[in-house]
Amino acid sequence: MLAYLARRVGLAVGVLWAAFTVSFIVLWLLPGDPVETMASGGLDGEPATPQQLAALRARYGLDKPPLWQYGDRLWAALHGDFGTSIQTGQQVRAQIMAALPPTLRIALAGLVFAVLFGAGLALLATYVRHRWLRQLLLSLPPLAVSMPTFWVGLMLVQLFAFQLRLLPSVGARGAESVILPAVTLGLPTGALVAQVLAKSLSQALAEPYIVTARAKGVGRVAIHLRHALRNAALPALTVLGYVVGNLLAGSVVVETVFNRPGLGRLTVQAVSVQDIPTVQGIVLCAAAVYVVANLLVDLLYPLLDPRIVVGAPA
Amino acid sequence: MTELLPELREPTAAPAGEPIPAAVPGRSRWRGTIGFFARRPGLVASVLYVALVLCAAFAPGVLAPGDPLIGIPAQRLRAPSAAHVFGTDYLGRDLFTRVVHGAALSLQATVIAVALALVVGGLIGLLAGFVGRWVDEALMRFVDTVLAIPPILLSLALITALGYGTLNVAIAVGMASVANFSRVMRAETMRIRRATYVEAARTLGTRWYATLARHVLPNAAGPVLVLAVLEFGLAILQVSALSFLGYGAPPPAPEWGALIADGRNYLANSWWLCAMPGFVIAATVLAVNRISRALDGEWTRGTR
Repeated sequence: MLAYLARRVGLAVGVLWAAFTVSFIVLWLLPGDPVETMASGGLDGEPATPQQLAALRARYGLDKPPLWQYGDRLWAALHGDFGTSIQTGQQVRAQIMAALPPTLRIALAGLVFAVLFGAGLALLATYVRHRWLRQLLLSLPPLAVSMPTFWVGLMLVQLFAFQLRLLPSVGARGAESVILPAVTLGLPTGALVAQVLAKSLSQALAEPYIVTARAKGVGRVAIHLRHALRNAALPALTVLGYVVGNLLAGSVVVETVFNRPGLGRLTVQAVSVQDIPTVQGIVLCAAAVYVVANLLVDLLYPLLDPRIVVGAPA
Repeated sequence: MTELLPELREPTAAPAGEPIPAAVPGRSRWRGTIGFFARRPGLVASVLYVALVLCAAFAPGVLAPGDPLIGIPAQRLRAPSAAHVFGTDYLGRDLFTRVVHGAALSLQATVIAVALALVVGGLIGLLAGFVGRWVDEALMRFVDTVLAIPPILLSLALITALGYGTLNVAIAVGMASVANFSRVMRAETMRIRRATYVEAARTLGTRWYATLARHVLPNAAGPVLVLAVLEFGLAILQVSALSFLGYGAPPPAPEWGALIADGRNYLANSWWLCAMPGFVIAATVLAVNRISRALDGEWTRGTR
């Protein structure tokens, strides 16, 4: 168990390190001159003097060779220091920490909606006996992933806020303001859950133990919920890491549509003024969330499914 | 959201009952093709719709002869009617004309994005699968990392570095979807590399680059091209999302995502400004996904 744990954690750290490297290459090496890029965005079009540029360059350590910069930044990041934002002069870490709670609120609500919607749809689609109804239900997830998220959000606002006047249109005041963003965020994710779960459910329902249970006189609903779902839910768990990363990334669009504060808004603001340290901090934060979620799934899996032998080559 | 899990649906064609002739002569082959489409009205509609969108992209004047940038202020914010199918915007510009003319920009970006992802991802996958050993290990670790960063954030990081504009959005979206292509290409290359004909070619003394170009690449291309069609749908969504956020072409240009962003300010009273371009985007993605599903298996199963 310990060796398994060590290998998984090691792998996760490796992915994070590589994510740091990729984001370093994209953000600090790809622009011809990051300082000029940042200065042109940050100082409102006012051309920076060569002295200002040189000072900025020295401040961000850009006068050193790339490999040296890489080492410096990696060392700082290991100590939890992602630099200071160009835009506000705040610590990037503090900025992200401040923006995280409102995003987590809609992401969590979105996750709940996604699981309820996805599981409900998958259970219903595999339960109904009419072929056409089943086909109709199974065609909903591909439809949900074909619609642009921002458009879905705007249409929900139009319907529930402007036409029916049930919910607030934009903003982050009150508990009911979470509903529409959460639904928008959770819809594509729920569609993914529905697809994965419907597939594993229909596989589980074809297993011999289902026939045995039927022969013993167990009802259809009980078979569905107690026998098939318990076995089918495990494969669906593996997409959790992907789903959580998706929810976080989806906040970029959803928070813009609903005018809410949070990580997504911070990202959009940082990108529009080319605030490189902040963008890198957010990318690393998202990668960390993805890695941690996957690590949790990896560690939980053997506990939930005793058939998985811990220590076997994964 | 990359996989649409085509196995999920029950096969619409019933290949069990039909005997499969070894070689199909010309006429019955035609009949087979017609039958294939006749059994799939959704697919026919998808193909027609995509043809219409392509027509809008290459010859927008045919579908909407008006100028997308000139409006009649007296007819501002009109609801959809016979004269203006999609209604008019806050400057009295016909929305249908703008959507049709926007197809060129939006599809251009999408095509560039998919082509870039196909070439870069394909090369990485080809190299990893063909060389193997530590090269494979290193490249695939790299690809795994890229998958750990959500695509939209990776795209946004690239836009931070590259700046705004349709081309930069296309590059950002393309680079963010490299990982999927390299994975599929690697799997295909590894499968084919072990095939008997590749072994035979090598035994005959064919050079490795000739083997690669003449045997591995053509045979690995199929599944990668199917993936390209599927990624096309996703790329439309991502390009329009970035365009909605305002990173695409500057304002007067009618990009699909930007059209919806424009309409957002008039959402309370003029629903059509957001709804109509969105319908067009969603229908395009849906149609492309349907076609990709048909290419991925249904076609080879159904026509023979």
